[in-house]
Amino acid sequence: MSGTDQIRGASLKLMGGRVLDGNGIDAENTALLIENGRIKAMGAAAESADAEEVIRVDGCVIAPGFVDLCCNLREPGNGQKGNIESETRAAAHGGFTTVCASPETSPVNDSGAVTHLIRDGAASRSPIRVLPVGAVTRGLEGDLLSDMSGLARAGCVAVGNGSRAIKNARILRRCMAYAHTFGLTVMLSPENQALAADGYAHDGLVTSRLGLLGIPEVAETTAVMEMLLLAEETGVRLHLSQLSCARSVEMIADARKRGIAVTADVAMHQLVFTEDAIAGFDSRFHVRPPLRSETDRLALLAGVRDGVIDAIVSQHQPHDTAAKQAPFGATEPGLSSIESVLSLGLELVNRGELQLRQLIRALTAGPSSVIGQDGALKEGAVADLCVFDPEAHWTPGPETLVSAGQHAPMVDRALPGVVRMTLLEGAKAWASNLG
Amino acid sequence: MTAQLDINVLLDDLETGLRRVLEERGVDSPVIVGIRTGGVWLADTLSKRLGLEGPFGELDISFYRDDFSRIGLNPTVKPSSLPFDTEGRDIILIDDVIMSGRTIRAAMNEIFDYGRPASIILATLIDLGARELPIQPDVAGRTLALAENQRVKLRGPDPLRIELQETA
Amino acid sequence: MTANDPSPNHLQLTRDGQLRHFLTLDGLERGLLTDILDTADSFIEVGERTIKKVPLLRGRTVVNLFFESSTRTRSTFELAAKRLSADVLNLDISTSATSKGESLSDTLLNLEAMASDMFVVRHSQSGAPHFIAESVTPGVAIINAGDGRHAHPTQAMLDMLTIRQHKGGFGGLKVAIVGDVLHSRVARSQIRALNELGAEEVRIIAPGTLLPRDVESLGCTVEYDMARGMKDLDVVIMLRLQKERMEGALLPSEREFYRLYGLNQEKLALAHPECIVMHPGPINRGVEIESAVADGPQSVILNQVTNGIAIRMAVMSMAMGGQVAERQQKQSERGTA
Repeated sequence: MSGTDQIRGASLKLMGGRVLDGNGIDAENTALLIENGRIKAMGAAAESADAEEVIRVDGCVIAPGFVDLCCNLREPGNGQKGNIESETRAAAHGGFTTVCASPETSPVNDSGAVTHLIRDGAASRSPIRVLPVGAVTRGLEGDLLSDMSGLARAGCVAVGNGSRAIKNARILRRCMAYAHTFGLTVMLSPENQALAADGYAHDGLVTSRLGLLGIPEVAETTAVMEMLLLAEETGVRLHLSQLSCARSVEMIADARKRGIAVTADVAMHQLVFTEDAIAGFDSRFHVRPPLRSETDRLALLAGVRDGVIDAIVSQHQPHDTAAKQAPFGATEPGLSSIESVLSLGLELVNRGELQLRQLIRALTAGPSSVIGQDGALKEGAVADLCVFDPEAHWTPGPETLVSAGQHAPMVDRALPGVVRMTLLEGAKAWASNLG
Repeated sequence: MTAQLDINVLLDDLETGLRRVLEERGVDSPVIVGIRTGGVWLADTLSKRLGLEGPFGELDISFYRDDFSRIGLNPTVKPSSLPFDTEGRDIILIDDVIMSGRTIRAAMNEIFDYGRPASIILATLIDLGARELPIQPDVAGRTLALAENQRVKLRGPDPLRIELQETA
Repeated sequence: MTANDPSPNHLQLTRDGQLRHFLTLDGLERGLLTDILDTADSFIEVGERTIKKVPLLRGRTVVNLFFESSTRTRSTFELAAKRLSADVLNLDISTSATSKGESLSDTLLNLEAMASDMFVVRHSQSGAPHFIAESVTPGVAIINAGDGRHAHPTQAMLDMLTIRQHKGGFGGLKVAIVGDVLHSRVARSQIRALNELGAEEVRIIAPGTLLPRDVESLGCTVEYDMARGMKDLDVVIMLRLQKERMEGALLPSEREFYRLYGLNQEKLALAHPECIVMHPGPINRGVEIESAVADGPQSVILNQVTNGIAIRMAVMSMAMGGQVAERQQKQSERGTA
């Protein structure tokens, strides 16, 4: 992978950081030594070792590189909204070393050929690791099975429906049974199409006042229940993506108690914002599933804290300006979020709503386990790392955002958490001024 | 400091002047129209003094002011009320103070939107000079030349009095 | 963490609290609503003169920008603008004929090139006038002539003017709004206005399928049964029912709706004897209201039409006034700086 200025095989020592992962490692003022793209040593052994490059990272956290289960790179596509190069650089800026690329591209990633196209693009133009997710139905149309085994062979880590609905429960059941044949994880964003209808915002206080078309919670919760029952019956490994409702969290916790193999994620913006964000018709916060009530937000946060929700995702959806320049209901959903995930998470930590180790777990070990990876900091592990200063601040805006999408969740306000360095296999995928 | 001019002397002078003009012009049944707010009080008083029968008119010239494009709409605008047909009538238009003449221009424009009067006689209690438009009262109770720090104000309606204020 | 001020007053009011756009009644306080009603009273008097015209907007250009056609509403705005001496341009732009978002921005650019001073906007998308107010050149006033299901503030204010003319004020009033509140921008603006102006009770009478979620949060009570709902009413406002509500399983039939929620003399007799009957029009006789009631002594439906012109004159002149005052203020600030 290019975009690196470090020759593999060389050694790098980080000094004075707090080493923290999602598996219980937490050590202040610790050294970490990287050699040949892997973690060679941590602590005293690293401290005394020689290295070709030594960087002091006092005050910084050294965490595993973040893993995003839901990211839109917009390639293949027409390029107006972003491409592999722009969006993976944005991801590296946000501290991510692995992103799962949504199948919702143009054309849809429903064949090995498209998967190869994405992987080839990433190999030549991405500073980080890109893991494609294949489409579970052909063209994401929701009615014909995709060539799942071909997708898996070409390198897809899972199959999913992006943000589209699957036509009916019978097709959903067959998708699951077929995916199970190949041991594939099915990543589904639960939404009952008939109940969501033409809606585009949470059916609640704000939509009632503003006359926006609502999507009721039951559009999600009935789909969650249906998917859980079908997963139980088919035995497929189910991952529920982008939850938005309190009741969904409850149902998943119950299903786990019954031993169903289900994991789940939530987008960071669902943990930070509520329906109030759209009270002024701010189309940036037109997202899907919609931002819901404070009760839902608190339940989702609790789900992350106690591990019912395994991962926090960016649900990064870069857009060109025109896509957001229209009356609310006529705009396209999604935030350009991947560069702001860490900072929004640190604000939750600063407000006492989440612990730092819970945040790191949901960005590293949690999502890694969903795609069958490790994500722990230990000797011998691949040196995918994120080094960030939780006390430093930055202001998202045209000067600072790398993504082609400028509609970040917070703009023109200083946010905590600056990524100093993102290392992929020991090589710098992103490095900012350490001064 | 606040000084008072004797309102009754001014009203007497205004009434005398008006009677003379009406006689000169041979007007025998005029209608009287006051410009809100001071002019309306005067219209009421003079209507009685002149023994005019029937109601008097009230004009709110807010919709006709020439400074809309600078200060916007007067938020306390009230409906005008001319409870008689003005077509072909002789109108006494009265205001408390005339200065630039802009208020009178606006008032005459408004009157013409009700119909075409036979004539308009302009009366003011006080004429402060400083005209910006070629408009002159036919009758004025008093002509005053104010210093730059002086302001004159009609208070009312009961009793009517004139305040001459000096600012520091 | 709230990213936005929920009230749009930063958009529609100047620093001095004057109106500069008229997008919604949300956030506007009783004093300003009363000023609008008072100013409209003055314009009603203007409408009774030989020459029904005042020079307030002389030399200014008002564009009626209708993305959803409505001859009735457009005509009253047009007449209002003409009575204020403005030049009026009517543009009917069907949304179906163009691709939505881009065309709106492009349309605006073109219109601004014509040096327009005011856009009167009707659009099928809730929030479209907000979007236009946010993206338009400073100095251009935006008047909402109805957006999606969101707001129809001039219609609600003319209804308030009608109520004030008949009832003298709003204190102690019991008002019912009957029918399809879910899809009604008028109802949302009326509920807001009645609450702010101090009505004692706003009651919604409708079946469950025609109510927005958490409708009580808008400031009203809900009654499913019309006979119970009519009790002690001072004002009853009937909403228009669109034919397409029978599709999509919102209602079984017009006949059943009329039987349950249509206003006839029997039901009206259950209200206060001086209860007035209102309808924003156009009326579906025999669907929302019986002819004998629509044309009866308690109906004030025709008054509403006259008041519509006066309210629109008031709002247009106040918003234009706010814009010019603000521009003047900024210029003088620049002068002294």
